[in-house]
Amino acid sequence: MPVVETKKRKELNPNQHQHDKQEILHNLEKEESYFRIIAKRFLNHKLAVIGLIVLFLIMLVAIFAPFIATKDPYQINAAFGAPPSAEYWLGTDLVGRDVFSRILYASRVSLMVGFGSVLIYTVIGTIIGAVSGYFGGRVDMIFMRITDVFMSFPQLMVILVVVSIFGPSLLNIIVILGVLGWPSVARLVRGSVLSLKEVDFVKSAVVLGISTPRILFSHILPNVMAPLLVHATFGIAAAIIIEASLSYLGMGVQPPISSWGNMLTDAQSITVISSQPWLWIPPGIMIVITVLAINFVGDGLRDALDPKMTN
Amino acid sequence: MKHLLEVVNLQTAFQSEKSEIIAVDEISFTLNAGETLGIVGESGCGKSITSLSIIGLLGKKGRVKKGNIYFDNEDLAQTSESDFRKIRGNQISMIFQEPMTSLNPVFTIGNQMIEGIKLHMKLSTKEARSYAIEMLEKVRIPRAEEVMKEYPHVLSGGMRQRVVIAMALACKPKLLIADEPTTALDVTIQAQILELMRNLKEESETAIMFITHDLGVIAEMADKVIVMYAGQIVEEADVFTLFKNPKHPYTQGLMASIPHIEYEEEERLSSIPGTVPTPQNMPKGCRFHTRCPYVTEQCKQERPDLFQINDTHKSRCWLVKTEKHNKE
Repeated sequence: MPVVETKKRKELNPNQHQHDKQEILHNLEKEESYFRIIAKRFLNHKLAVIGLIVLFLIMLVAIFAPFIATKDPYQINAAFGAPPSAEYWLGTDLVGRDVFSRILYASRVSLMVGFGSVLIYTVIGTIIGAVSGYFGGRVDMIFMRITDVFMSFPQLMVILVVVSIFGPSLLNIIVILGVLGWPSVARLVRGSVLSLKEVDFVKSAVVLGISTPRILFSHILPNVMAPLLVHATFGIAAAIIIEASLSYLGMGVQPPISSWGNMLTDAQSITVISSQPWLWIPPGIMIVITVLAINFVGDGLRDALDPKMTN
Repeated sequence: MKHLLEVVNLQTAFQSEKSEIIAVDEISFTLNAGETLGIVGESGCGKSITSLSIIGLLGKKGRVKKGNIYFDNEDLAQTSESDFRKIRGNQISMIFQEPMTSLNPVFTIGNQMIEGIKLHMKLSTKEARSYAIEMLEKVRIPRAEEVMKEYPHVLSGGMRQRVVIAMALACKPKLLIADEPTTALDVTIQAQILELMRNLKEESETAIMFITHDLGVIAEMADKVIVMYAGQIVEEADVFTLFKNPKHPYTQGLMASIPHIEYEEEERLSSIPGTVPTPQNMPKGCRFHTRCPYVTEQCKQERPDLFQINDTHKSRCWLVKTEKHNKE
């Protein structure tokens, strides 16, 4: 793809080849230079960098939750619905569990749902899209009609129905989101493969006698990585939102396991909304921050990988 | 001697929504080892389709409908896809027009070269690597070893086309199909690439099918020439005869439309009036009669065959037949 082209040319310095000693260093440099250019462009995107840092912090929190948490998130304490204090940093919920610790643990749920489901559906979607785009004809027709059917359902409704059949749990939600999310990825990959398979380097590969699966998966797919990566990033944010919605509706992660969505469930009562803001503002803020951070990263990635953006 | 490639009465058809379109028809020619065959004609005359038929790259919608393509005594028109894969790259390889897109942008030159070499020559990665470097040096790429580690976009068009040629010739194919390999390059690079191909051919006895619309390139490269028009061969001759004594009015028209520097200022470059007929509405009789300056009633009604003028010269024109007839 021309992505690489415009960016990397600038990097090339024709005079660098002269000294033997520099050569090895130089080669090392060059191997990375595609990624360096991408990284440079990404780093120019201030919001994306902030987003990445925030996301990284949230990941650290999720991984080290047991060490950071001040209390056991499942432990019921004496104070019910107590306001924030030195002991309970963000107060306690209506059954007396420490809100701060629960929020930390909930970040694990959100990230697991986000990354897990996106990983599943990206793999499924990529395979279906690639096969359907490359082989075309009847295969393509069948896959794309299935995709159309999937895309014509209101997603949240379908998920609610499926969750109610299989029962709500963290694993089920990841699998269900993963299995239902592939159509948009399949479309994206199919589109790219359709245009790439007409390109001369693919024909050259055929002419060289390379086998079809190898052409498809190791010659064409790497060229689809950039849009796929961007799509997946936004997908993570979307999955986190869906998990929060499901949990809020009681169809997601089940208590006592905490999730930002099911912590918000408490806010269904007017008294909580008006007089106990520590129960719903912190998880709400966490959702907003995480989703925003991921979306900024996605924006940054899209700009960095977009061949049309020059600076 | 048996011919390396013998195409007999090839007809290639493409399936469209409603009907079948015959893209090339009645194509017959032979090619021997070490020979270069030039195929000329304007856009859409079926030059590329002919070559794609030979290498089996017609895609889903196209197929060889009639005829045989004997390559080394094997009929490629009947070969299964898996057998074909062993022939491609190994015995027949192809160079495409656009060097900018014929290398995969996400792999280094080395990766791409080594893959093909390993596949067909059964070498270890290390051996394949040194062989790839040797090939790059052969096509006169400076700093071959470093170029192996570079991605295609850092190379210029001429360099890339050299890499493509190196890849195509790596497995010492018996037949190389070059589909306008120099069209996208500027003239000085074009000359270098042609020179390079000529040298490599002499070294390896590879037969080349050279497709182009540039008569100058044909004059430079080819031993014999096929002129194609509207999916058919209209004239076949060795390169000297063709340039000295073109028989078909279309060939004559092509020759006349080459710009020369010594033209008078006022004089306009001659051109062939009209356009190539589409396969859907081929004219009755001779396919060229709508644009031919010597058109007769016979041309409008009857299809001419490819008449033999002498051993090496054939032309699909009624005039040639009449002329010959009169002589006898």
